[in-house]
Amino acid sequence: MDPGFPLHPPGTIPCFRSKLEARMTNLLAFINDKRVRDWFYQIAVVLLLVGLTVFFVRNASENMLKAGIASGFGFLWRTSGIEVPFVLTGYTQADNILALFWVGVANTMLVTVIAIVLATLLGFVVGIARLSSIWLVSTLAGAYIEFVRNIPLLFFVLFWYFGVIAALPSPRQSLSVFGVAFLNNRGLTIPLPDGLENLRLAGGIILACILAYAVFAVWARKRQERTGRHAPTLRVGLLLLLALPLLALAWAVLATRWDVPALRGFNYRGGFVVIPEFVALLAALVTYTAGFIAEIVRGGIQSVSHGQTEAGAALGLRSGQVLRLVTIPQAMRVMIPPLTNQYLNVLKNSSFGAAIAYPDVVSLFMGSALNNTGQAIEIIAMTLAVYLVIGLAVSALMNWYNARIALVTR
Amino acid sequence: MSGRASSSSLSLWRERLFGTPFTGFVTVMLLLGIAWVAVPLLRWAVIDASWRGTTRADCAAGGACWVFIRARFGQFMYGLYPADQRWRVDLAGILLVLGVLAVVLAPQRLRLKLGIALLVVLPPLGIWLLAGGFGLRSIETREWGGLMLTLFISLYSSLIAIPLGILFALGRQSELRVIRLISVIFIEFWRGVPIIAVIFLASLLLPLIMPGGIDIDRLARAVIGLGFVIAAYMAEAVRGGLQALPKGQREAATALGLTYWKATGLIILPQALRISLPAMTNEFIALIKNTTLVLVVSILDLLGIAQASLADPNWVGMNMEAYAFSGAIYWLICFALSRWSRSLENRRRL
Repeated sequence: MDPGFPLHPPGTIPCFRSKLEARMTNLLAFINDKRVRDWFYQIAVVLLLVGLTVFFVRNASENMLKAGIASGFGFLWRTSGIEVPFVLTGYTQADNILALFWVGVANTMLVTVIAIVLATLLGFVVGIARLSSIWLVSTLAGAYIEFVRNIPLLFFVLFWYFGVIAALPSPRQSLSVFGVAFLNNRGLTIPLPDGLENLRLAGGIILACILAYAVFAVWARKRQERTGRHAPTLRVGLLLLLALPLLALAWAVLATRWDVPALRGFNYRGGFVVIPEFVALLAALVTYTAGFIAEIVRGGIQSVSHGQTEAGAALGLRSGQVLRLVTIPQAMRVMIPPLTNQYLNVLKNSSFGAAIAYPDVVSLFMGSALNNTGQAIEIIAMTLAVYLVIGLAVSALMNWYNARIALVTR
Repeated sequence: MSGRASSSSLSLWRERLFGTPFTGFVTVMLLLGIAWVAVPLLRWAVIDASWRGTTRADCAAGGACWVFIRARFGQFMYGLYPADQRWRVDLAGILLVLGVLAVVLAPQRLRLKLGIALLVVLPPLGIWLLAGGFGLRSIETREWGGLMLTLFISLYSSLIAIPLGILFALGRQSELRVIRLISVIFIEFWRGVPIIAVIFLASLLLPLIMPGGIDIDRLARAVIGLGFVIAAYMAEAVRGGLQALPKGQREAATALGLTYWKATGLIILPQALRISLPAMTNEFIALIKNTTLVLVVSILDLLGIAQASLADPNWVGMNMEAYAFSGAIYWLICFALSRWSRSLENRRRL
């Protein structure tokens, strides 16, 4: 079969080509080699990036020289002189700027952790309500989800701060929570323990209970795998994880002397004042994130097919056992990755507090400290590093957990 | 006929609300709860509200003072943009709507060309209309504000974010190791840091890393900062679409002799972008919501204007009205977009 054109273009047939032509062909082959091209592109991109970086860094150092700012982290040991209204670490104005940084990190972590716990609780309640067979319950849950998800978080932060908390009564007409904590427009005043010994002891007992339960659970599973005999995991769990810790906590609370806030003049004395910024930020984070977690919970539960529940029942499991052993483990597998994302979002979103001057790491360090020192690059790098390090750590932890519970395919 | 239909729907509702004694009990309790919240709310927002007038004194009824919103409507929409120049904003908006309509209604074969042409023409035209110069009175960005600014920042940030996001999504799937590494670092870095910090960062660092004498407008800084973060999220949205395509698509394109960019532009992206359009819309919704954060560098978008209007001594105590109005606008925009994205997704599934 004649293809209608010469198979070798003239001049490329090896035996007739000249030396120059041979070299050209080699060069063309070299240029057209995929590996060579790939390396060329990658090196070009890297060179471009390096060039840009050098350009920016040179500009930055020139501009900083003009502004009279010395680069480096030496400024961290200067006295900060910044007053912070909400301190967990014992920081005072006389401490250095590094201490201020840790105050910000601690405040960020505090609001993040509490918001995650509360948002998870509210999110699970709303998500399960969304699946309720009672029409009005699921409709209300759906309305809540659609309402919250389509409004900016900053709106909620401002709304809670300027709309709700500012509208609370003054300290004299505080809303009393069981007579020990008081909510007013200057924040939430909660009692403070005089000594920590009893609480520490209770914490130790709780930790020991958790450890004991873990050991028991491992032993029970091993025995079940060996002999097939069930251990009363649920009852032991209730005892070790709920009853004993509650008892220990109750004893510690009763045995400790509490500094209960009391009204003196125009404000409360004693106790610990949770500033209104914290309350507003927490409320906003919890109400907003719960809407997203609810959708994750709904999706997770719906992803477990009905056949799984029926199969569990057919094996003779009780409905509680089906939920515990069949539905939840499979739903968790679907829920863990998006939940992790939401938790990291809470961490990042806690920086919204900067808009109402909650002293988190962004507003304290990137705001106040940067204004005072002008060390923009160092401060920005440190602040971003906080989020990146925590984010990477949480991702790694969740990836490990996810790999553990992932479907094992053989 | 209609009687039977309504009786069957009545029985459906009876079944829904009062199917079992327990359901009925829960329904009644919840209805009481709803009434407890909704009745005062309705009285405040509608029955006792004042609608007409021009000053604070016209709000004597004790309910919501919508007069406040009427008096400030121009500010909520345009910020401090000079009143006699607001037609320029309107014109820009009309041009945008006409452009989108033209692309949607154009015949299939012209659609892409028209879209690209408009993408080249419209953004500079919009900036010229809003900022002025070349024959128009120039208006500084510090006078822009309100809903117009919210939409401006969202649209122009996504003009940065979408191309950049597509590039980095492709980079993350690339077989070139260095490119993949750079893309992963870019995406994970911007996704890992708070947007508020990025806006601070852009407003502080951009002037610092530019050669002396070049000043970047502070609104442009915010737009660039937001554009970079959203690009990382967009990249993840596009990656979903890229991963959903069977590997054979690229292999077939390569076997036909298409180069990488031709295969990407003609075969991969048209399919992948269609799949990731709902996810990208969700990122755009997130962008609209995050636009509010420019408040921290004192650029006043819709929420910022609402917040700033609370400080007016002539209108003390209008918090709830301002929040209700601005919140409702955000909700309407985001809800409409999310419904649209969901319908896209459902259409694809069928």
